[in-house]
Amino acid sequence: MDAAIETRPGVFKRPTATTGAWSWFSTVDHKKIGILYGATAILFFVVGGIEALLIRLQLAKPDGNVLSPSAYNQAFTMHGITMIFLVVMPLGAAFANYLLPLMIGARDVAFPRLNAFSYWVFALAGIFIYSSFFLGGAPNGGWFGYAPLSTKAFSPGHNMDFYALGLLILGVASTASAVNLLVTVVNMRAPGMSLMRMPVFVWMVFVVQFLLVFALPVLTVGLIQLIFDRLMGTNFFNATKGGDPLLWQHLFWLFGHPEVYILILPAMGIVSEVLPTFSRKPLFGYPVVVFSGIAIGFMGWGVWAHHMFATGLGPVANSAFAVSTMFIAVPTGVKVFNWTATMWGGSLRLKTPMLFSIGFVTMFIIGGLSGVTHAVVPSDYQQTDTYYIVAHFHYVLFGGAMFGLFSGVYYWWPKVFGKLLNERVGKLHFWLMLIGFNLTFAPFHILGLQGMVRRTYTYPKGRGWDGWNFVSTVGAFVIALSLLVFFYNVIVTRRRGAVAGNDPWDARTIEWTTSSPPPEYNFAEIPVIHSVDDFWHRKYVEDKEGRLVRVPSGGADEEEHDRGSGVTDGHGDDHHAIHMPSPSYFPLLAAIGMPIFAYGLIYSRILIAAGALIMLTGLYGWALEPGSE
Amino acid sequence: MRRGRTARRVASLVSLGFFIVLTACAQNAPQDTFHNLGGPVARKELNLSTPVFLVAAIIFFLVEGALVYATIRFRARSDRDVPVQVHGNRVLEVTWTLIPAVILAAIAVPTIGTIFSLASTPSGPNVVRVDLTARQWWWEYKYPDLGVVTANEMHIPLGKNVAIKLRSVDVIHSFWVPRLAGKQDVIPGRTNDLYFSADKAGTYLGQCAEFCALSHANMRLRVIAEPQAKFDAWVQQQKADAIAPTGGDAAHGMDLLLKNQCIFCHTIRGTQAAGKVGPDLTHVAGRMTFAGATFDFTTDNLIKWVSDAPAMKPGAKMGRGLADYHLTPDDVRAIVAYLESLK
Repeated sequence: MDAAIETRPGVFKRPTATTGAWSWFSTVDHKKIGILYGATAILFFVVGGIEALLIRLQLAKPDGNVLSPSAYNQAFTMHGITMIFLVVMPLGAAFANYLLPLMIGARDVAFPRLNAFSYWVFALAGIFIYSSFFLGGAPNGGWFGYAPLSTKAFSPGHNMDFYALGLLILGVASTASAVNLLVTVVNMRAPGMSLMRMPVFVWMVFVVQFLLVFALPVLTVGLIQLIFDRLMGTNFFNATKGGDPLLWQHLFWLFGHPEVYILILPAMGIVSEVLPTFSRKPLFGYPVVVFSGIAIGFMGWGVWAHHMFATGLGPVANSAFAVSTMFIAVPTGVKVFNWTATMWGGSLRLKTPMLFSIGFVTMFIIGGLSGVTHAVVPSDYQQTDTYYIVAHFHYVLFGGAMFGLFSGVYYWWPKVFGKLLNERVGKLHFWLMLIGFNLTFAPFHILGLQGMVRRTYTYPKGRGWDGWNFVSTVGAFVIALSLLVFFYNVIVTRRRGAVAGNDPWDARTIEWTTSSPPPEYNFAEIPVIHSVDDFWHRKYVEDKEGRLVRVPSGGADEEEHDRGSGVTDGHGDDHHAIHMPSPSYFPLLAAIGMPIFAYGLIYSRILIAAGALIMLTGLYGWALEPGSE
Repeated sequence: MRRGRTARRVASLVSLGFFIVLTACAQNAPQDTFHNLGGPVARKELNLSTPVFLVAAIIFFLVEGALVYATIRFRARSDRDVPVQVHGNRVLEVTWTLIPAVILAAIAVPTIGTIFSLASTPSGPNVVRVDLTARQWWWEYKYPDLGVVTANEMHIPLGKNVAIKLRSVDVIHSFWVPRLAGKQDVIPGRTNDLYFSADKAGTYLGQCAEFCALSHANMRLRVIAEPQAKFDAWVQQQKADAIAPTGGDAAHGMDLLLKNQCIFCHTIRGTQAAGKVGPDLTHVAGRMTFAGATFDFTTDNLIKWVSDAPAMKPGAKMGRGLADYHLTPDDVRAIVAYLESLK
């Protein structure tokens, strides 16, 4: 086999390295890809955060002149695009990629090379969108890209071309990844892991992949119509030629609302893992929490027009969407109650991951309640497009999703990197972030109800908005400080962090049975699952009163138990014989073709051809190379 | 003992927080949706919001209270603590599914009632009709029954319903006067309806609420609610043609204006200026503000505006008087004098 590789021409030499800098470009290991997703998302988080700081500086006082109106419009548009598509979604993908196979007892995802392809398409799409800053200006029509403002007649520059094409490419990444994870969950669970034994995080990720698979095509239709309107002179959204601007809004929000649950459900999954672990109690009402997640996933399809109450849909439609929006609060509330009940009567260890999870629940409640107030349509006539809405979705997506994701970062960091993040620094990070977050976004409720409109680059004196805007800007810098503390924590931990061991938190799920970081093949022997929280039940049994009793002489017995029930998949104890997919450059190559193709649509036909050729070369090479050598 | 002191401290902190929030709300905010509302539509919306906010506040304190209590009460005393392993409780699950559902149903009923009551646009001879056209970045109001055309500042008589037809000629805008009514989007290719009335005289501030590009922030508006007699007088004055000034700077300014490109975009009834792109200037001096109700109607502001409009209002469609229309500073002053005469 070695000889065969050597006879190939240089560039097509099959990569073999699984360590070193270059291995990251050819890796198909779900864990490395998960780390890549996470690192890239954090990088974009910093960029999107800087945009947020610029916005807050501009609005710190009336008649601000930190940014020009044009720069402001680019900043708030890119802040939205970045935080949604390049931070929260890929962070969810990072956790899903790294943890999902480990949590279901698999050695990798179903399609490892497709997984690498997803990551590279995502990363390159992010770079593609950001390259617009150097090519005449970034998207400036809002992340929602409302037509006809986003069409050529009103946005003649290339700004919104980058928006439409960039999101289209990101959709490819997410769709590929969603299909991959769906197949993984359906087909690759360890023996004994029935659906109702899966960790809640896996369940939530599973629901999210369904949402992605169904929601992204809707956005894709809208984006392609927009691209046709912009580049080929069609009139889908041109009212003067019989097109309909509202069509865009229906398509965008039919994607956009499930998207909200795409962003929040992984965080809810994380919290559902962290709270039981640090309460030392099982998740209260596991099946109810799972079913609520599924219910949210379904109901999320029937609420999109609540983004459009002021467009004049008429009283019947507005009433229907008001009711559906109100009732989606029911499964959401049920989750909150179950989380609270999980903590109730527990033995809470308030470590950093637990603090972030409790932070998630407390902040999410605020976002959830303000969400119900929007569902009251006549109130929403006043609230929509004001800072009250900005407050609401930041409580959901920052106070909610980001706090949940940070909880996950602190919780699984030791599993991924083998060292525990520093607790004291972590707690400082949490409290600074919680205070900064509330300083920044709580005032938005008041500002919105006092009539401050969104997306305005300036506001005049005498509207009564000066004070709270200043407070909010101060808060934004406290958030920035908290992130610096986090990065300091990462560095300190790298230098002299405590070694984690397999199971530093006395956790419940099977990813904690393997080493930290896990070996390339995850599990030497595929575990056999007997219950929800399988690992926990290997460590503890309950007596008649429901009290915990540690299984006598834990460790040794545990391993015996492991070995006794493990499936050996024919390789016995010889770990090196475990068959893992080989690295490949072709996913990266295929991904590179996409942004080049997109540049071609904007600039030149030659680039279209070049992009297509690169993509095809990548796909052919991929198809023709064996999965492993 | 100690716990009592902590509780008192927390309580005083919370009440301090409330005090700060309340004082902040009480300060003068002319676009406030909660205080000093000027008419029944905004009040109807508020009357629905207030109980919902109260219910939300109660739920907030109960749930957050339970969470904070649990966090403090159930802290691990030692690593060896072993809590009772509770897996769930069917009765509880059903209860906390049903209670929110019932509360939400209770909110839904008046919500739907108010949606329908706000949707029935009033009609009849007592209704003031206004045809509104939104453009980047200003508002045009035509009163079809009264023969009046004006911009940005809408005059309405007290106590009468104003029924507005909203149309846009470019992108989506949203018409909003917070103290009179909630928003209504203005969408190209569609005609939307909005009505409201004012029962308190005064000037109500508002602005475009849907992002409409560069000068979205500078697309403001005002509604001036006045007693019927005053409104009638305003209508009479608006219907009249512009009076040509008889001499001085203003007459010179009129000459300049009519000779320049101004007339392709602006209408001044009584002259040959009949453009339909920009605001009607026939009685522009009767307004308090100009350029999307963004700038006070003062000589200084007007001179700056006519000299270089885009420098004042980003993206303004009007060219630069000095650079594009080759006016001299004296010409500008003369034109401004003419504009100021258009009462």
